[in-house]
Amino acid sequence: MNLLNTFFNVPVLLQSLPQLLWGLVVTLEIGITSILCGLAGGLFLAVARLYAPRFFAVLIRIYIDIFRSIPLLVLLIVVYYALPFVGIRLSPFLSAVTALSLVSAAYTAEIFRAGIEAIPHGQFEASAALGLSNRNTMVDVILPQAIRIVIPPLTNNCINVLKDTALASVVAMPDLLKQATQAQALAANPSPLIGAALIYVALLWPMVAVVAHLEKRFSKGKR
Amino acid sequence: MNTSAAPLISIRGLTKAYGTFTVLHGIDLDVAEGEVVCVIGPSGSGKSTLIRCINHLEAFAPESRITVDGIRVEPGPALAKVRAEVGMVFQSFNLFPHMTVLKNVMLAPMRVRGTTPAEAERKARELLARVGIAEQAEKYPGQLSGGQQQRVAIARALAMEPRVLLFDEPTSSLDPEMVGEVLDVMRKLAGTGVTMVVVTHEMGFARQVADRVIFMDSGRLVEIGTPVEIFDAPKEERTRGFLRAVLNH
Repeated sequence: MNLLNTFFNVPVLLQSLPQLLWGLVVTLEIGITSILCGLAGGLFLAVARLYAPRFFAVLIRIYIDIFRSIPLLVLLIVVYYALPFVGIRLSPFLSAVTALSLVSAAYTAEIFRAGIEAIPHGQFEASAALGLSNRNTMVDVILPQAIRIVIPPLTNNCINVLKDTALASVVAMPDLLKQATQAQALAANPSPLIGAALIYVALLWPMVAVVAHLEKRFSKGKR
Repeated sequence: MNTSAAPLISIRGLTKAYGTFTVLHGIDLDVAEGEVVCVIGPSGSGKSTLIRCINHLEAFAPESRITVDGIRVEPGPALAKVRAEVGMVFQSFNLFPHMTVLKNVMLAPMRVRGTTPAEAERKARELLARVGIAEQAEKYPGQLSGGQQQRVAIARALAMEPRVLLFDEPTSSLDPEMVGEVLDVMRKLAGTGVTMVVVTHEMGFARQVADRVIFMDSGRLVEIGTPVEIFDAPKEERTRGFLRAVLNH
């Protein structure tokens, strides 16, 4: 019974619920903004890497490798605590979105590259032989086919971004985790933390299930 | 065939190498407007590479010179113009699998020529009827047989109203019973005065339809002549050997 009172203290949970839900809103704001920026950036990087002169392609490659190697927490702290020394002062929200987007764009670029490379070379040749521009080849022929391949890994990446938003709490962003730790301190009871954990799971479980379903469908050789 | 006019395709000193391995050794060839040229030869003789250079799907040595309708084939802004005038039909069809047959045929005229959707659709349906698959217009390529897919590919190439059609072994990946329907379409096309360059292993087709037959071996044009000259009285020993091998099996 003591355990229940400690971890699932209903009055404490109810009391902290509004605060947690505000945190959830902030988490979703950071997550969705970063996902959208990462998608746009990643698509741009993947296509640019394909068509840009060699020099830029190499730069993009280096960008992708660096941002896939750097721990997100380190990047976030650099953005928030180190950049002010060179006069770049970003709010906690912008710091979190910047760090998450930079990393997400790198992963997304790799996902799109793999998707584009999975399209048979004959599709590029047929488009070229018809006189289609590079842009039309991408928009009309390649990307519509690549999208089907990249949806499962892209969804996976979205899940990761949403989970990583929790790191924003270290730069004083009032996201779901931060609100939970504050409520916990206030009530001297860890139930709000459990509440936050449950909210994360409730948010992400459906997406995880969707990915599993999609992966199963695609591996059945739907194409 | 009007030989006095400037050739539609002019190839001079076409050389191509992969590293140190030379695939084409300085090929010279002219194709006149309305001419049907069939290219025959053993696998690896460079015949596919030759026609893939005409629309620059393969890069070639910069000192080589190819012109189509007077426009030089080289990387750059003029290339799309050349490609719009040069239709190509591939061995593996290369239809766009995510579009219906109709959309496959409509796409390039709309994007490259700026044709209106209504006009592109009218034209596409007309071409699909011409290759005998009007009733398949709403299907996806994956739902069609190989022979039907290749006929869609021919319609797709024709939709751009190209000056030249290149065929890269168009029947080589078809089941034997479907070869005939594709060759029939090509035969009809040749009869309408379309300029065609056809890489093929179908000797019967080459003999019957070609104005000129080219025999290639090891990256060289070994012999050029009328079908009668090539098939009935080949001058070169290599041509004779090849024809003996393919005709007596």
